Amino acid sequence: MVQKQFKVTAETGIHARPATMLVQAASKFDSEIHLEYKEKKVNLKSIMGVMSLGVGQGADITIIAEGSDEQDALNSLEETLKKEGLAE
Amino acid sequence: MSFLNGIAASSGIAIAKAYRLVEPDLSFEKKTVEHAEQEVERFQAALAESKGELEVIRDNAHKDLGADKAAIFDAHLLVLSDPELISPIEDKITTDKVNAESALKETADMFITMFEQMDNDYMKERAADIRDVTKRVLSHLLGVQIANPSMIAEEVIIIAEDLTPSDTAQLNRQFVKGFTTDIGGRTSHSAIMARSMEIPAVVGTKESTKQIKNGDLVIVDGLKGLVHINPTPEAIAEYEEEHRKFEEQKAEWAKLVNEKSVTADGHHVELAANIGTPKDLKGVVENGGEGVGLYRTEFLYMGRDQLPTEEEQFESYKAVLEGMSGKPVVVRTLDIGGDKELPYLNLPKEMNPFLGFRAIRLCLEEQDMFRTQLRALLRASTYGNLKIMFPMIATLNEFRQGKAILEEEKQKLVSEGLVVADNIEIGIMVEIPSTAVMAEQFAKEVDFFSVGTNDLIQYTMAADRMNERVSYLYQPYNPAILRLVKMVIDAAHKEGKWAGMCGEMAGDETAIPLLLGLGLDEFSMSATSILKARSQISRLNKKDMEALAEKALHMNTAEEVVQAVKEIADL
Repeated sequence: MVQKQFKVTAETGIHARPATMLVQAASKFDSEIHLEYKEKKVNLKSIMGVMSLGVGQGADITIIAEGSDEQDALNSLEETLKKEGLAE
Repeated sequence: MSFLNGIAASSGIAIAKAYRLVEPDLSFEKKTVEHAEQEVERFQAALAESKGELEVIRDNAHKDLGADKAAIFDAHLLVLSDPELISPIEDKITTDKVNAESALKETADMFITMFEQMDNDYMKERAADIRDVTKRVLSHLLGVQIANPSMIAEEVIIIAEDLTPSDTAQLNRQFVKGFTTDIGGRTSHSAIMARSMEIPAVVGTKESTKQIKNGDLVIVDGLKGLVHINPTPEAIAEYEEEHRKFEEQKAEWAKLVNEKSVTADGHHVELAANIGTPKDLKGVVENGGEGVGLYRTEFLYMGRDQLPTEEEQFESYKAVLEGMSGKPVVVRTLDIGGDKELPYLNLPKEMNPFLGFRAIRLCLEEQDMFRTQLRALLRASTYGNLKIMFPMIATLNEFRQGKAILEEEKQKLVSEGLVVADNIEIGIMVEIPSTAVMAEQFAKEVDFFSVGTNDLIQYTMAADRMNERVSYLYQPYNPAILRLVKMVIDAAHKEGKWAGMCGEMAGDETAIPLLLGLGLDEFSMSATSILKARSQISRLNKKDMEALAEKALHMNTAEEVVQAVKEIADL
């Protein structure tokens, strides 16, 4: 299992377009991937799960991946977050 | 064959098959199934068909509307791939042995309720997304066709109860030949859209969606306000002839495209166009518009779930200014409220929205939003001949406040090192009687007036223009209205300013002689009305129209005025 913490910098938080992009990125991997925020944990491959968290600007989030391609998955998600200016 | 009577909202004749844009019947019964496995397969097939459909819609939206609008459909696609939604449905079918329809509906409803109960408004709106995709999958399970306007691939006439801005945004202009709606009037959104799309439309037929089935042959007569359903061959032939004549007439008018708008006795006026998006520019240029007299910026804000950024707005304003190559462009700042809502602003419902918190009133309160728009406009100002207009001004103080904010933003931009045009005229829309009455005072401070007749009439006559039962009070030719318009024009001229009009009245053949006589300088109308108006004006004598207007001001009723125009202006 690998995990990493991020701080959300996007003004809109993880809503709409950012949420769509994260879920699309996560869905490419076989590993189980979860997003944790305020002690709630949701499936990062579930758009409804991610949106239901209501992650806003400044939030501390953790991405947890577990499975055969866990490290690749985490790296790819980190890249998406940074490239789109969503979190650091 | 049968026919319906309605309001001629956009001229021309269209003959094509009906395409209903109507909520389908998606009712079903909850049943137990014997072979759960087959039922899961049926569900997966419906899911796959729905995804295929959404991909086409997304790609079309991407092409026609841009990445921003297409993103909504990406989100819809993800909902259909969401393991947290799909697995519970499949489990339910397998364990409870229920039909796919009820498993889908019950599971989706759970999520819808969950999202609706969240205290964040953005989340609440996500419930609508789930509802939307659920409907699509349900329609495939039930074998019912739901309307997919963006997937239309043959010539059609749209049949709808009403058309909202987001409906019309999805329509493919290549294939939609005309439309007819149950409700609405000449100034409703659907009518305005039809004119800007230059397609014939008949609105307010009351019965279109009841009487017309998918695939019926329909004639939309946007000249007389008639809709024919499954017409006889004779009627079709007659209409084809009429269509030909109308096209001939248009070809005749088209010769005036590069001419100036001048009366028989040599008086020049400016004929400009009303537009909603940069896409409408093509029509303005093709119809020989001498400017844009009203750019309704609210379409930039509609059909989305957050405010447009400064950059997005800048690009649109720049496109319009450049597209008009130096001809005047009057941009109206955000006019939201009344019949135009923005769900994401979360404004409370009002008893009298037309008399409420809207347009400049809202902008002066929500200054961040207003300032963003003004900055985008100021930055775009160097790309053409920009004029800025504030809507719904009721008092001089409102105008002064708006202007002061504009000045502040201008100074900020200049201190940031940006170049801003220094000759931007700042004017107001005259829609409220108090402003017309006080026009002399306003004229000392504003650079121009533009009379918004749709609202000016409804406020002067105290008649809600959305209420059909008081529609008889919508009287553009009432001497009361003409007097107010005269006050505005005279006040402008006294201070050496100009006065225009951007309501429906400016393009109306009965009003044009009167407005010419009253001395109106600029007439802003639907692009498609410009050439006809230019042709009419070229046959009129300004001196005679002055005499006509003078008489009209002293008449007793609107009917007398119309009668006089008919006799003198040769209609």
